[in-house]
Amino acid sequence: MKQLLFIHSKAPHGSINAQEGLDAMLMGSAFAECTGLFIGDGILQLLDRQDTTGSGQKNFSKTFAVLGDYGVDNIYCSQSQLSARGLGLADLVIKVKPVSDAEIRQVLARADSILNF
Amino acid sequence: MKFAIAVYGAPFSHQAPLSALAFARAVLAEGHELLRIFFYHDGVYNGNANAAPPQDEPDIRGMWSEFALESGVEMIVCVASALRRGMLDETEADRYEKSSTTLDPAFTISGLGQLIDAGINADRLVTFGN
Repeated sequence: MKQLLFIHSKAPHGSINAQEGLDAMLMGSAFAECTGLFIGDGILQLLDRQDTTGSGQKNFSKTFAVLGDYGVDNIYCSQSQLSARGLGLADLVIKVKPVSDAEIRQVLARADSILNF
Repeated sequence: MKFAIAVYGAPFSHQAPLSALAFARAVLAEGHELLRIFFYHDGVYNGNANAAPPQDEPDIRGMWSEFALESGVEMIVCVASALRRGMLDETEADRYEKSSTTLDPAFTISGLGQLIDAGINADRLVTFGN
């Protein structure tokens, strides 16, 4: 089975990239083995207890919880960039595997195709 | 080699569509296969049949349309992205009771599965804009 890697690197809500990246990953899970990698401000998509009422945007962060049901179990997050934002794994809405920069290179190398969001 | 292209950038705001089109032409000129061009996010505006740019600027929708006609490469716009942004073919305009169609007939409305399929079946999926 082909390995698709979805890289999420944009903050949620400021642009539609985050929401459509999640949609694409859910769709992809029906056809291929999908892996998610959250880097940079993309990590903020995973923040627990988001409240978007003030911004008028849809709070799609609850949807991350269904990734497991869709068979997307490999969700990685840059450890250094998580720490750089003053965050820890307990701040996130789902369980992710923290990875070092060297491990990120391995995740990239394992993918047959990479979709950037 | 089998290529597929994803376009996320809107015409006029972003260089992405023109770069994608140049790349698409180069792919075919070099004798490669081009499986599909998939328009996502603001990229769906590339299919706006009502765009009326000034005469001294590139008519990007027209260029795509001509490219599709010459090459036969399928150009797909994501249905969810397109509906949100009012890019409707006749079927969708009827379904949502809108007064006009806005999508150039060279473009086809389909699902996100077409992007995933491109990722699976192309040797290289190249993304423009984001």
